[in-house]
Formats: sequence, structure tokens, C-alpha cells
Amino acid sequence: MATTEVTIEDIAHELESHQRESAKHNKLVIIAWSGELDKVWPQMIMATTAAAMGMQTTIFFTFWGLFSLVKSDVGLTGENWMQKMVAMMDRPGMEHLGLSKMNFAGAGPKMMKHLAKEHAVASPGELLEMARDLGVHLVPCQMTMDLLGLKREDMIDGLGDPAGAATMLLEAQEAITLFI
Amino acid sequence: MSQTIAKTLDLRGMACPIPIAKTAIGIRELQPGELLEAYATDPGSVPDFNAWSKTTGNQLVEQTEEDGVFRFLIRKV
Repeated sequence: MATTEVTIEDIAHELESHQRESAKHNKLVIIAWSGELDKVWPQMIMATTAAAMGMQTTIFFTFWGLFSLVKSDVGLTGENWMQKMVAMMDRPGMEHLGLSKMNFAGAGPKMMKHLAKEHAVASPGELLEMARDLGVHLVPCQMTMDLLGLKREDMIDGLGDPAGAATMLLEAQEAITLFI
Repeated sequence: MSQTIAKTLDLRGMACPIPIAKTAIGIRELQPGELLEAYATDPGSVPDFNAWSKTTGNQLVEQTEEDGVFRFLIRKV
């Protein structure tokens, strides 16, 4: 007859892996690298909802994603002509986001914002504010700040300390990770 | 356990994810065991409130609909 004895170690092991699984469901890390309206929107929706559901939530803003954190009334960002050129071609700030398709020189986003208002969909800016209120950890990428010449004073308040990939990968351990 | 409603949220006309986000913010000031009542018109809020209750542990005590308005009664965990 085969033995079906369960040892204490088995139970402890089972419990541990179960705990690891449930911890994973309680943490969300979004790597926000896109800076288009139709991608920033889901970044913000997922973050606010996760925080509302009690998940420990972090957004790491990198590359184009970082532009969403720049105050919309800041004019041209950047310290040298190349960085200024980037900001001129793709104006930073939540109010100036384009669409990844059907942009039509800004007519697309205008139409989309109009539709959003009509259907009572909160704007990415409103959602970002709500995310802050819900305790979402907003982390700007230090390297991109240097690359694009973004200064801390160009960006909105309530951000965490700028960090790098290692910090994010540590944070992403045992977290659900989205790359948007 | 208390049966009186400690707080009412009017989430009518709001779209995803605002009803859930506002509920999460609104329930903060309640004591465990107290009741929160929320009114929403977004049909997506029905599965969403159920999912939210499941993950946060806040109990969805009652869920009704009248003329397209959904009413959720939640007991804070």
C-alpha cells in the first residue's frame, strides 16, 4: 500500500508558496514608457483601480512616459538644443498628449477628450491626481530625466525620488508587472 | 452589527474606474463594520464592485437595481 503521509515540511512548503502567490496579487508595478493619450489613459486607469483594490501600486515613468509628469504649463524643457528640440516636437505635459493613431495634428486627441467628457470618463490628469490620493507610488526614471534634460521643478509635486532599473526590478519582484 | 448607513456616495454618471476609486477613498473614514451605500449608473460597476469586494474583503451586503441605477451596500471589513 502506498503511503500518503504528509509531513510538516510539506505543509509549510505549500503554505509558503501559497503566501508567495497571494503576495503577488497584492502588488502592481506599471512600467509607463509610452507618452500617448491612448496609452497613458490605461496606465492611469490600472494604477488607480489597483490602489483602490488595496494593491501596493508603483508606476515607474520612463522615456516618453516621463513627459506625463511634466507640468502642462512648463514651456520648453531641456538644457541643450537637442533636448529642447525633442520637447518642441513632442510637447511634455498631460494636457498635450497625442494619440498613437488618428492624431491628425492634434485634432484626434481633441475629439477623444470631447468624447470622454460626454461619457463622463475622467481625464488622465484627473486620474493621476486620484492615483496620488490613493497612495500610488510615482517614480520618475533618473536616466531619462538626464537624457531629456528634465529638472525636478519641471515636474508635478508628489513624486517619489528618481530611481533606476534596479530599483524597479526589485520592486517588481513578486508583483504583477505591466509594461505600457 | 450596525444597520444604519454611515455614508452615501453618489457615483451616478461616472465611468470606470471612478466609481471604484471614489468608493475606496470614501470607505477610508468608516469604522470596520459600518455600512457604505453607493449609487452608480455604469453597468460595468456591477462586476467591478463584486471584484473589488472580493479583493479588499469589504463585504457586498446588498446589490439592487432600479431604473438603471445600481445600489451597492458595502460593509467595511
